[in-house]
Amino acid sequence: MANGVVVPNEYQYGFSKPENYVFKSRKGLDRSVVEQISSMKSESEWMRGFRLRALEIFFGKKMPVWGADLSTINFDDIYYYIKPTDSQKKSWSDLPKEIKDTYDAIGIPEAEKKFLAGVTAQYESESVYHSFQKQWEDKGVIFLDMDSGLRQYPDLVKQYFGRAIPPADNKFASLNSAVWSGGSFVYVPPGVSVDIPLQAYFRINAANMGQFERTLIIVDEGAYVHYVEGCTAPVYTTDSLHAAVVEIFVKKGARCRYTTIQNWSANVYNLVTKRAFVEEEGTMEWVDGNIGSKITMKYPSCYLVGRGARGEVLSLALAGSGQHQDAGGKLMFLAPDTSGEIISKSVSHSGGQTSYRGLVKVIKNAERVKCNVRCDALILDELSRSDTYPTMQVAEDNVRIGHEASVSRIDAEQLFYLMSRGLSEIEATSLIVNGFIEPIVKELPLEYAVELNRLIQLNMEGAVG
Amino acid sequence: MKLIIKNLKAGTGGQEILKGVNLQIRPGEIHVLMGPNGSGKSTLAQVIAGHPSYKVDGGQLTVDGKDIGKLTPDKRARVGIFLGFQHPVEVPGVSVFNMLRRAKQAIGSSTTSRVLPRKALPPSQSVSGLTEIPSSAVPPSASPAKGHNLSRFRQELLEYASSLKLGEDFLRRSLNEGFSGGEKKRNEILQMMALAPKLVILDEIDSGLDIDGLKVVASAIEQFIAHSPQSSVILITHYARILKYLKPDFVHVMVDGKIVKSGKMNLAKKIEERGYNAWQTV
Repeated sequence: MANGVVVPNEYQYGFSKPENYVFKSRKGLDRSVVEQISSMKSESEWMRGFRLRALEIFFGKKMPVWGADLSTINFDDIYYYIKPTDSQKKSWSDLPKEIKDTYDAIGIPEAEKKFLAGVTAQYESESVYHSFQKQWEDKGVIFLDMDSGLRQYPDLVKQYFGRAIPPADNKFASLNSAVWSGGSFVYVPPGVSVDIPLQAYFRINAANMGQFERTLIIVDEGAYVHYVEGCTAPVYTTDSLHAAVVEIFVKKGARCRYTTIQNWSANVYNLVTKRAFVEEEGTMEWVDGNIGSKITMKYPSCYLVGRGARGEVLSLALAGSGQHQDAGGKLMFLAPDTSGEIISKSVSHSGGQTSYRGLVKVIKNAERVKCNVRCDALILDELSRSDTYPTMQVAEDNVRIGHEASVSRIDAEQLFYLMSRGLSEIEATSLIVNGFIEPIVKELPLEYAVELNRLIQLNMEGAVG
Repeated sequence: MKLIIKNLKAGTGGQEILKGVNLQIRPGEIHVLMGPNGSGKSTLAQVIAGHPSYKVDGGQLTVDGKDIGKLTPDKRARVGIFLGFQHPVEVPGVSVFNMLRRAKQAIGSSTTSRVLPRKALPPSQSVSGLTEIPSSAVPPSASPAKGHNLSRFRQELLEYASSLKLGEDFLRRSLNEGFSGGEKKRNEILQMMALAPKLVILDEIDSGLDIDGLKVVASAIEQFIAHSPQSSVILITHYARILKYLKPDFVHVMVDGKIVKSGKMNLAKKIEERGYNAWQTV
């Protein structure tokens, strides 16, 4: 079977468009596919070597078996590189109609007009659209797709690329390192505060597609940036694979917020490695919303390497029928006076499964570390489940670490209270669910909060009654 | 609203609590229901509101001639029934405003403004209000409930809150979460005022209130009655002290799941002096 069949579904972004692509690699992965990708991108010997070394590591690594069930991924049945257009466009109207229609349906051009400093839209393997407000460019901020970043700033990229997440980190990081394409490159110069968000939008259109974007963000001393990513895909009978790598470097006194609204269709394996290195007095905030996908395994992490650095992970997971969200976060306290927090809220319904997986590690001599972990799970019915896997490795005594966890169901008295005010069971349930996740939703940009609430309501309509 | 309760029997977990309650409430009347602990007063309130934990084993509940016994709690609310809870439930992350705005949409569309049948509304309407989002941020397609109406509703709520001596930030707080006992009770009254029900059941609204709180709540109820002369009120209470401020048309005594005595104001006075001993068999 060459292509999957599009399945009618309530998922709003489940449509697909015809493939009028410039290039599509053959299925499967070997050295020649990697060489072909590198040569199509006219890369330097350094990057070509990096890719090929990573490929060897990928072949040598076993599939991870400690988390969600990945046994059904068939690496030979995936397209690793698809180039949808001959060049990146600066205007939506220059895009091929089917691609433009896709982004219109998702509402990206609208969002760009309203509240974004820059937008990059990736379709399959390449960024097809990119815009960035001149005022930020003038201040020395760099916002490019990763391929352009590598071409235009090879030295800067080389200094950081693969330094937070080396190819050998895990099997999917090595896979990404071998076949990566697209993603974002962001550099914010010292003291510059980009006060409206940059957005990247990732779309998979083809069946059996593998999307492997690679993002590198460097926030120089005292600077600030908020980067937002969103993801959707058509609903096919066959599976797609999304394995991204995101590396972030937060310099002294800088702050970075990285917000994800992941709404892949329920046939996408979403296996992503995200890591930030945070220097003295810097702050990294991951706001990680996982709504879609078949299986997600993602644990955004902060390596707090400088005194006084802070890391936060706000994780939200919603799992319905056929979904497993294995999410959480990692905080590594590697310097004194560092602090951090992981807040995880998960909701499982209609047979869905959520897992919280977290690591808190404090090394010896990282004195006065303060850390708080809170994970709450809400299970809406008997078919669904939730598990918690917290790990603590604390080698220093002079620390303050708190951990709280709860698992609950929709409370019958809450339901009656709200229904006695006139709300239907569905309305009352979604209100309770939204109240449950509110501590995370309130951290999202308004437009995403609205979208998220709408998604929850849709999900609840499927779950209740 | 006219409520008729005929030989109502109900219980939970196999235990019969209401053992044949008869009560008739006409539009605009205020009834007081008194009785010792465990006599079934709160159960009666919850059964009228449709609590799913109680099983009705016999009898009839009709509102304006219509049997409501099979309706779910939300449908009873849409008919115009409002229960002020003795122990209001905490709903974390859901603001007072957000809940009331959704409740008003749900109730308003089926009772007051019949021009907008509920089923005809796009499903997205109710969604936009899930967290407190300024109406300006909601895409037009998602909010047929115009921002104009919304700000008017907010203004109205602020006035009610202020009349109950609740601060401006009260509407933004999570429903009953971290509220003092008095705030919880005032919040119930705030909801009553906002939703303008036709039958109000207040279950021990006076407990947990200090004397100032009691005055504020009583005067709000008075105002509500003055503005809605057709609305009926059932006050469930242990004490006659709230009756200093509210003059009931009828007083009933409930003992062991039945109404054993009905009378006027002087019955309440008698109870205050002598207790319920006269009606208790044990």
